Amino acid sequence: MTTICRRVLVTLACTLAFAVSAHAQTTLRIGLAEDPDVLDPTLARTFVGRIVFSALCDKLFDIDEKLAIVPQLAESYQWAADSKALTIKLRPGVTFHDGEKLDADAVKYSLERHKTMPGSNRRGELAPLASVDVVDPMTVRLNLSAPFSPLLAQLADRAGMIVSPKAAQAEGDKFGAHPVCAGPYKFVERVAQDRIVLERFPNYWNKDAVHIDRIVYLPIPDSTVRLANLRSGQLDFIERLAPSDVPQVKSDARFKLTKITEIGYQGITINVGKSDLAQKNPLGRDPRVREAFELALDRDGIVQVAMDGEADVGNQWVAPTNAFYAKNVPIPKRDVARAKALLKEAGVTNPSFTLMTPTTADAQRIAQVVQAMAREAGFDVKIQSTEFATSLDQADKGQFDAYVLAWSGRADPDGNIFSFDACKQPLNYAGYCKPDVDDLLKRSRTTLDVNERKKVYADLAAIALRDRPIVYLYHRHWLWAYTNKLDGLQSIPDGLVRVTGVRFK
Amino acid sequence: MGAYLLRRVAIIVPTLLFASILIFGLQQLLPGDPAMVLAGEERDPAVIAHLRETMHLDRPFPVRYAYWLRGVLHGDFGESLRMQQPVRALIADKLPVTLELAGIAIVIALVIGIPAGVVSAVHRGTGWDYAANAVALWGLSTPNFWLGIMLILLFSVTLGWLPASGYVSPLENLRANLAAMILPAFVLGNAIAAVLMRHTRSAMLQVLSSDYVRTARAKGVRERDVILKHALRNALIPIITLGALEFGTLLSGAVLTEQVFTIPGFGKLIVDAVFNRDYAVVQGVVLFTATAYILLNLVADVLYAVANPRMRLG
Repeated sequence: MTTICRRVLVTLACTLAFAVSAHAQTTLRIGLAEDPDVLDPTLARTFVGRIVFSALCDKLFDIDEKLAIVPQLAESYQWAADSKALTIKLRPGVTFHDGEKLDADAVKYSLERHKTMPGSNRRGELAPLASVDVVDPMTVRLNLSAPFSPLLAQLADRAGMIVSPKAAQAEGDKFGAHPVCAGPYKFVERVAQDRIVLERFPNYWNKDAVHIDRIVYLPIPDSTVRLANLRSGQLDFIERLAPSDVPQVKSDARFKLTKITEIGYQGITINVGKSDLAQKNPLGRDPRVREAFELALDRDGIVQVAMDGEADVGNQWVAPTNAFYAKNVPIPKRDVARAKALLKEAGVTNPSFTLMTPTTADAQRIAQVVQAMAREAGFDVKIQSTEFATSLDQADKGQFDAYVLAWSGRADPDGNIFSFDACKQPLNYAGYCKPDVDDLLKRSRTTLDVNERKKVYADLAAIALRDRPIVYLYHRHWLWAYTNKLDGLQSIPDGLVRVTGVRFK
Repeated sequence: MGAYLLRRVAIIVPTLLFASILIFGLQQLLPGDPAMVLAGEERDPAVIAHLRETMHLDRPFPVRYAYWLRGVLHGDFGESLRMQQPVRALIADKLPVTLELAGIAIVIALVIGIPAGVVSAVHRGTGWDYAANAVALWGLSTPNFWLGIMLILLFSVTLGWLPASGYVSPLENLRANLAAMILPAFVLGNAIAAVLMRHTRSAMLQVLSSDYVRTARAKGVRERDVILKHALRNALIPIITLGALEFGTLLSGAVLTEQVFTIPGFGKLIVDAVFNRDYAVVQGVVLFTATAYILLNLVADVLYAVANPRMRLG
């Protein structure tokens, strides 16, 4: 009798345990470095917002670890012979979070919404897109005004996110408050500045790769507090760990650390033609002075001091590991003697300029190291710390000599160079404008062949890196710290946390 | 009393109008183009133009002010361009959080500050006095953000007793709410406790040396009653004013404290709004705070008049 009782009890206990584990919700709590802006792929504009989107809104394409384009909502694609049209075959059986079907009409609607919605941040990215044709219910054709090689990369970011037309029409410009997409997780709630909660979407097309029930994103701007939350067990994952905290995480067996070299860069933009100030300062006026300035810098030293070694040195808009890195212009070694000789040649042995820097700790440290290094070659660098919004305003008005500015980067090299070096582009704070550079930049957009594009970028590097509207310094590491119970994270260089495939061990 | 109240209320209207001009005007003086900041990394000129139009930045200053004031008078503080939410809803969302934080902080400040001040005054020149003064000095000179991070490291990371940051609504889980609030409230209350202690001490010292206290003692009133009933009650008058004025300190302190502890309250709302040049939010929140500040001063004045009838004539 006792044995029977015991067996019954054990069976009951097992059933109960199974029931509990079957219903145990897994929640991944992610600490973000900033509060995302509006969660509408058309209007969104922040890097951190893209992290949330990677769980919420699938795109036509995605990128992999090597920055190659891989299909996501698209199944396959084909360029027209004249490269002026892209035909995309869509993945069958995909539904939006509201149960609507994702088909060619939905893709057409989303792309047109990106193009026409007032305040859209995607319009520029899709500028060459002239029209979208629905070929059949699962095929769309994107007609372009001119060949545009970065198109696939654009469609692998927010411009390629497809929203539910029904929800978007109903919500209008308030869609971001209740976004409805076709990603692995659906929107549950958002408390401004506090949290964004997403829940696993049971009808996701790739549901077998989704292992966690809920994701909670918590914006915690202070990196020390973010880490404290991870260490006290209130977060499972934090992005953008401070480089100075790396040893602390490494020495704690409870946590794992992932380092990914970013697709963006840290650089110093020089006013070479944005305003009259450019001609008044030898740095802006004379390319030899800029060359001397670059030769005075020891990039390894800057990375050690400003980033605690957590960055890869670089001298171009893409990292040396990138397929489009121009090998004909390698990273110059520090050469103070040559720098001094160049300054002598330029007739200014002690040039003086102001280095404007945002008030972030990284930027301040860069400015201080640069100041000290450049002094050895004879430069008198005055640091001007300026609050970010003000510094942008001054940069836009050309009220600066040199400006410490970082760029989060885009998968296609075009996203890191076109708007910065082409004449009169919005991010061309340097005021750099050269017809031959403009021609090369345009050619890089119309050339679809990768090897051809590489040649164009090599030619471009030979000119632009000699003119130095931007002195590129390094490419930061995306530093992620997370509980060692977490498994399956992919290291994609865009720094976005992809939750598909992630599980708790 | 009625006439006094009426007079005080009448002054509020022009004060608020003046404050609104100041808030709007000062905001315009902020360097940096809000449309450019809000346009994000890409800074697409078309987006910037659209934002300018939406924010009426293409209109002259008086017109923009008139638009805003008209909205405010109709209870519409505008909409946050960054968060796409009405400012009124944001205030309604965030205010209870900061009020709770401030409320707990004030309680902590009162519980520490007033008894410490009384003890220090009564035992003037003794070890108690020096100890209380040292604690007060420490409280005044410790920066909020530093103390916050130290407490997080001690109570959350090392001991694991309290959450490191974040906020849980008391309606959701009161226990979790208090656990999340106690550290930031202590950080916030700490500095005010020090101010209250110093003021209570000096007010008590002044009152304790006055004639009526000597008379009370001569009459043989118990020392406890002399201190609590005769001295403290009079000493409390300037403390009440101070308490109301310290509400401002509390709000400005909340800005930093909320930032450190990532509490989605008023302080965090305004800091984020300033850095993102979210004009409507900054204006709405500052105007609301100014109004609250003015009203609290009114309450203090009224309490003052209740405590001291001579004031009603002034």
